[in-house]
Amino acid sequence: MTRGRIRARLRRSHLHPFSCLRPNANNEEPHPLSGPGFSRIVHCNRPDRHLKKPLKYCSNYISTTKYNIATFLPKALYEQFYRVANFYFLVAAGLSLTAVAPFSPLSMIAPLAFVVGISMLKEALEDWRRFAQDMKVNSRKASVHKGDGVFGYKPWQKIQVGDVVKVEKDQFFPADLLLLSASYDDGVSYVETMNLDGETNLKVKRSLEVTLPLEDDEAFKNFTGTIKCEDPNPSLYTFIGNFEYEQQVYPLDPSQILLRDSKLRNTAYVYGVVIFTGFDSKVMQNSTKSPSKRSKIEKKMDKIIYILLSLLLLISSISSIGFAVKIKLQMPDWWYMQPLNPDSLYDPDQPSKSGLAHLVTALILYGYLIPISLYVSIEIVKVFQARFINQDIQMYDEESGNTAQARTSNLNEELGQVDTILSDKTGTLTCNQMDFLKCSIAGTAYGIRSSEVEVAAEKQMAMDLEEQDTQITNGSRCRKSAHNSWEDSRGGPEIELESVITSKCENDQKPAIKGFSFEDNKLMDGNWLKEPNTEVILLFFRILAICQTAVPELNEETGMFTYEAESPDEAAFLVAAREFGFEFCKRTQSSVFIREKYTHPGQLIEREFKILNLLEFTSKRKRMSVIVQDEDGQILLLCKGADSIIFDRLSKNGRVYETTTAKHLNDYGEVGLRTLALAYKKLDESEYSAWNDEFVKAKTSISADREAMLELVADMMEKDLILIGATAVEDKLQKGVPQCIDKLAQAGLKIWVLTGDKMETAINIGFSCSLLRQGMKQICITVMNSDAVAQESKQAVKENISMQITNASQMVKLEKDPHAAFALIIDGKTLSYALEDDMKHQFLALAVVCASVICCRVSPKQKALVTRLVKEGTGKTTLAIGDGANDVGMIQEADIGVGISGVEGMQAVMASDFSISQFRFLERLLVVHGHWCYKRIAQMICYFFYKNIAFGLTLFYFEAFTAFSGQSVYNDWYMLLFNVILTSLPVISLGVFEQDVSSEVCLQFPALYQQGPKNLFFDWYRILGWMGNGLYTSLVIFILNIMIFYNQAFRAEGQTADMAAMGATMFSCIITAVNCQIALTMSHFTWIQHLFVWGSVTTWYLFLLLFGMLPPYYSEDAHKILVEALGPAPIYWCTILLVTVACNLPYLAHISFQRCFNPMDHHIIQEIKYYKKDVEDQHMWRRERSKARQETKIGFTARVDAKIRQLKGKLQRRSSTLILPNCMPSPCQ
Amino acid sequence: MSGHMASSSNGGSGSGDSGAPRRNSKRPKYSKFTQQELPACKPILTPKWVVSAFLIIAIVFIPIGIACLLGSREVVEVVERYENECIPPAYANNKVQYIQSSVDKTCNISMTIPKRMKKPIYVYYQLDNFYQNHRRYVKSRSDKQLKSLKNENDTSSCKPEHLATNGSTIVPCGLIAWSLFNDTYSFSRRQNNQSLTVNKKGIAWKSDKQKRFGKDVRPKNFQGGGLRGGGDLDATIPLSEQEDLMVWMRTAALPTFRKLYGKIEVDLEANEVINVTLGNHYNTYSFNGKKKLVLSTTSWIGGRNDFLGIAYLTVGMICLALAIGFTVVYFVKPSYHSWSEALICGAWPRDLVIQPFYHGTEALDRTKNAFWISFDGIHLAGTSHLICNFNAC
Repeated sequence: MTRGRIRARLRRSHLHPFSCLRPNANNEEPHPLSGPGFSRIVHCNRPDRHLKKPLKYCSNYISTTKYNIATFLPKALYEQFYRVANFYFLVAAGLSLTAVAPFSPLSMIAPLAFVVGISMLKEALEDWRRFAQDMKVNSRKASVHKGDGVFGYKPWQKIQVGDVVKVEKDQFFPADLLLLSASYDDGVSYVETMNLDGETNLKVKRSLEVTLPLEDDEAFKNFTGTIKCEDPNPSLYTFIGNFEYEQQVYPLDPSQILLRDSKLRNTAYVYGVVIFTGFDSKVMQNSTKSPSKRSKIEKKMDKIIYILLSLLLLISSISSIGFAVKIKLQMPDWWYMQPLNPDSLYDPDQPSKSGLAHLVTALILYGYLIPISLYVSIEIVKVFQARFINQDIQMYDEESGNTAQARTSNLNEELGQVDTILSDKTGTLTCNQMDFLKCSIAGTAYGIRSSEVEVAAEKQMAMDLEEQDTQITNGSRCRKSAHNSWEDSRGGPEIELESVITSKCENDQKPAIKGFSFEDNKLMDGNWLKEPNTEVILLFFRILAICQTAVPELNEETGMFTYEAESPDEAAFLVAAREFGFEFCKRTQSSVFIREKYTHPGQLIEREFKILNLLEFTSKRKRMSVIVQDEDGQILLLCKGADSIIFDRLSKNGRVYETTTAKHLNDYGEVGLRTLALAYKKLDESEYSAWNDEFVKAKTSISADREAMLELVADMMEKDLILIGATAVEDKLQKGVPQCIDKLAQAGLKIWVLTGDKMETAINIGFSCSLLRQGMKQICITVMNSDAVAQESKQAVKENISMQITNASQMVKLEKDPHAAFALIIDGKTLSYALEDDMKHQFLALAVVCASVICCRVSPKQKALVTRLVKEGTGKTTLAIGDGANDVGMIQEADIGVGISGVEGMQAVMASDFSISQFRFLERLLVVHGHWCYKRIAQMICYFFYKNIAFGLTLFYFEAFTAFSGQSVYNDWYMLLFNVILTSLPVISLGVFEQDVSSEVCLQFPALYQQGPKNLFFDWYRILGWMGNGLYTSLVIFILNIMIFYNQAFRAEGQTADMAAMGATMFSCIITAVNCQIALTMSHFTWIQHLFVWGSVTTWYLFLLLFGMLPPYYSEDAHKILVEALGPAPIYWCTILLVTVACNLPYLAHISFQRCFNPMDHHIIQEIKYYKKDVEDQHMWRRERSKARQETKIGFTARVDAKIRQLKGKLQRRSSTLILPNCMPSPCQ
Repeated sequence: MSGHMASSSNGGSGSGDSGAPRRNSKRPKYSKFTQQELPACKPILTPKWVVSAFLIIAIVFIPIGIACLLGSREVVEVVERYENECIPPAYANNKVQYIQSSVDKTCNISMTIPKRMKKPIYVYYQLDNFYQNHRRYVKSRSDKQLKSLKNENDTSSCKPEHLATNGSTIVPCGLIAWSLFNDTYSFSRRQNNQSLTVNKKGIAWKSDKQKRFGKDVRPKNFQGGGLRGGGDLDATIPLSEQEDLMVWMRTAALPTFRKLYGKIEVDLEANEVINVTLGNHYNTYSFNGKKKLVLSTTSWIGGRNDFLGIAYLTVGMICLALAIGFTVVYFVKPSYHSWSEALICGAWPRDLVIQPFYHGTEALDRTKNAFWISFDGIHLAGTSHLICNFNAC
């Protein structure tokens, strides 16, 4: 981004009297730095001094990796075995080396090693990616002083404390620097701290006066100095230190410190000395671990694992007791076991001891109940799912070039269970792009174009011409009335089709100029000269053009000026002024130059306005003023600010337009516009100079309350103003927001908006994105007004709020109309009371029955608190979405945090679990990916437990036939392969590829999403069902095999089945049965599923064949078992067929039955799709879709429904009066 | 120290130098795989499929069941329990002492052939309550030792039956071999006292003979471990010829098991009586195990096993019943479900759907029951159509 020429050197300090308070170095004492915490000494320009201790500080190399080569193994292993299941298997593997183990050590250790190895490989890969990212940062180049006034490029990681660094425009600071000088003469520079705190406005930094001469490379030839300062700490906004330079000591404060990861803006270059490097830098000190979140399904899965562990313990105890009893009572009779030669494990004389040892054996033996590969399979599946999310082309934003990102993959399935969405407004629902839309000058409203809110509201309200007259913009929308009878009382035609409900089509009236959508011929093209109050209008435009802190930049291609402003509103004003013919073209040290087009017809006049003072905008002051002297020598104070602030400061004769302007401001607020009031006052020379003396005195005073004094002085000046008008700027809705909200509402999600904006704006945004609609009963909960609050005691306020909540709850409860919808609107101050412990449940109870909730004026902290309240109070899954640093708390608090990777920096994204670049992608993320992931993971886990129970229990049953001795009927190798090879891939393919319905159908039937929040696929009923299925399968497999292979010959050659034959047959049955089961579970077969499912079965036989070919040394009793014994025996194949069918028959019958009598939503859709009804029978398809829309109460669909209900009600009334004049209207609704 | 701050500088760099080419490179490449649009078959259980699936299972299973049953019925099996009969009355209360004593244990029993038995007739012994599958027992063998002479001393797994009293190794070692079954049977026809040869060859698995039991391994110090277990082995015959041992060493899965003793390769006629002279040596008396002698023919499914056929028939019948059941249900219930049917009772008169556009109120008056209105005019950005349901009760 080349911005062309280097700007003229400017002194910028007068623009920022508040933030650039320059300590008067001569008078201010250096900080008395002593004691712990202030030990850092930096020798400027002498990095060589920092090579050895104690001045050796950490290098600028940063590493965000979790492991390094040495710590990888122990740390990663620890993490793996921290999981209870893995730990169990580790112990089991350890014990398998002893005599108690029922299996060979290999068959225990190999699967564990495999599973843990894969997990660790994944960890290693992820860490490697982090390392690569770090390396990219570490090898970024920065210009560093190499001695003799020569600067050269060095990678960041080589930068040392004490180095002098030159940073150019739009570069990042490589470390925390002390600002020495900047391209502006007075050492002022602008810094964007988006990466630190998410704020987009520029921060002003300025150097010490003494270092100002260091303004070119040469000057650093002999530069030395010493900085003594605080030790590294995470506080971004404080810094204490002293700078010793030329035998003088100067105090340092945060305004001289440039922090790593912030960016130089609007300044050509700066020089700085490195103070903190690498991990010492504030940003690194600040990095916090985002809380690790686990999905509800995983938490539940842990519970199931514990259940299985208890089951394991139970059957192991049964086993070991049985064993002890058998050994005590019967073993002495079993001469063939030489009971007189016992070893410790089989000692009839010490049955309890043997029993105890056997408990360990049994615990290992039945370990197959615990699916060892569950965790690793889930991890693999989630990696794929996350990849699908990242790769989804439909969530790719062309404009910003960002894809959706699953930043953590362990919450994929949680996306399918969201119940409440908590959304930020600015930057999330709106795009934080300001368009100058309307203005009110001298009591006349200009600007005919409607805001999006208006457009939406008009369309929503488009009843007929008659009703359009009674416009929406009157009266407060916030009614606490019990019932809004407004709709019923109107006459007129019955049905007015709402022709267009959504906001503007994309193509229609896109503003040609960014930031300017104003349209009114009365003001454009110099027509304002014909308006009555030309003087006032002129002044209005001048305020727009002069009262600002921006820097103009000539775009060489278009010849137009663009403006680098601190806030988007200001840029919009400047653009507007330019369009009105007051082009701000130049800023010098003390002046602003405006090219005025129309004031002298036909001439382009460049006027100079001397800026005498600038009282900048702060969030506390909520206004900004400039004191200018025009070419005639007239001194003017021009002021713009929040309407309430300005209105308080009007002089008596300045209130001519107050009432009309206030009305316009109100109207603008109604339609969702951001407003500012503009005022001025004329000053005479003496008045000004008297004030200026005061101001200078305050500015140069040394006392600590200098800032307060300055404010006071500024306050003195900014009064007795004359109001001239107001501006209205539109905060545009993001693309597709209303549609997305509508879909999400249809999906049954509740949407809460938490915004820092004022109530009116929030409500209007609520209307424009269909969270609110007419006919919805709005419940506003506020404390009356600020004055009252001050007087009343806190208790009284709380009681009042409690009353309001109770009344509202009562009203909701008494509401008879099933279609009535309520909206709750609450402001931050009230919320602070409502969130207190004694009231929050009451508040929550009310909030959850409301269709939409809007919280305005909330602080970031409150956002997090509300999120926590919803999360903990309802116990349901919450999703927080936001884009700014103020949303971080909420994002981290919610079950799922979604960051919008928009304009407001990366903070929210960094804290989030998923990032998307547009709000509208949330629909696809939840309704498609969330829905799929939820079902996939849920089905996958259920199946996992099923298959392991089916397999593990057969081992147990067999024990009963072996006197509980711990002998397994299967070869060790079979068991080794069971979890790892033979059954893992099908279930992974289920987890990765399963789709109940296609993505288009998901989007067309958002109601399908409800299966997730209702948790239909992972409730205990279903889990136990699957476990029961596992139990049944194990019983069928075991009993049928035992009965079939009881003691008869199993083939025509007369041989009877030994343990090997029986084991192999049973195992074959298990493999076929569980793989057929998964095939029945799947509803979506790509070639991959086919390959894995049928491939697994084939693999088993292939394995049996090949394993049997091995010399008996390896294959033992499985030698040639398939070729010689089982293969030729028809009974073997008959058994497999019988058992497989018998195992799956109940499931098949169950799902057939369910589909027939109690179909789930997706069954119906699948069926429609299958019969291609959607193509043949459009009616049916649409009807289903409308039916699928559940009881939606927000979104424009609900709006249409509400309208139709209302019309129908009227019709019924009419018809009943026509037909049965004496009858009451049908009491239908 | 996790990385979100540091990676923020990466993110920052992205926004810092995001040129046009860089943007495009982030665009995901379209592939059917990544977009999850791979062609797939989506079988769903439509009524047709359900009924035919059950029907097919029934059609397949019932004949198999009948075949199995027929195969099983073809088998003639004679079972004779003898462990009590072979105890002389004097030892009736002291069977263990009898079996451990050195008195002559020859015993004669007779078996009646109920049906004609075609050769080969397999002779089995059946033991009961004998835990050949006990872990201590199963583990107590050395496959290496059995396989080849050079592993003769590989007996660590054979404990406690690995060393003879003189300290040298036992071949074959271990409890399994040690407890070798040693009852003997010889058969003759009562009619003509003609003895029936029992062929003891070919009763073991071929692979056992060829691969698992070595040709160069001969019994050594067998039963020399102080305690005497079961039978003896001829030390001159290599293990690869000792088929009885091989059969015995194939441990049974269940505590009741049959093992092949030999084959009688002549046909036996119905009602023929067979005299069996047996050497009742094997001690099952300590643990109250039964001993049975079994003569059985085989068919294609092996021995007599009605269960398999019955199981097949049962499953087949259940499927048939299900198929019929579902057919009936689908006839009664319409084969096509819909959301409205699932959620709301009552059928919707389809002919009252007013399409495509609806104005005014006349139709509303006309159709008071239920109707649809399609608002084609409503453009819902994406959702082009919207149907609203007027349910006027």
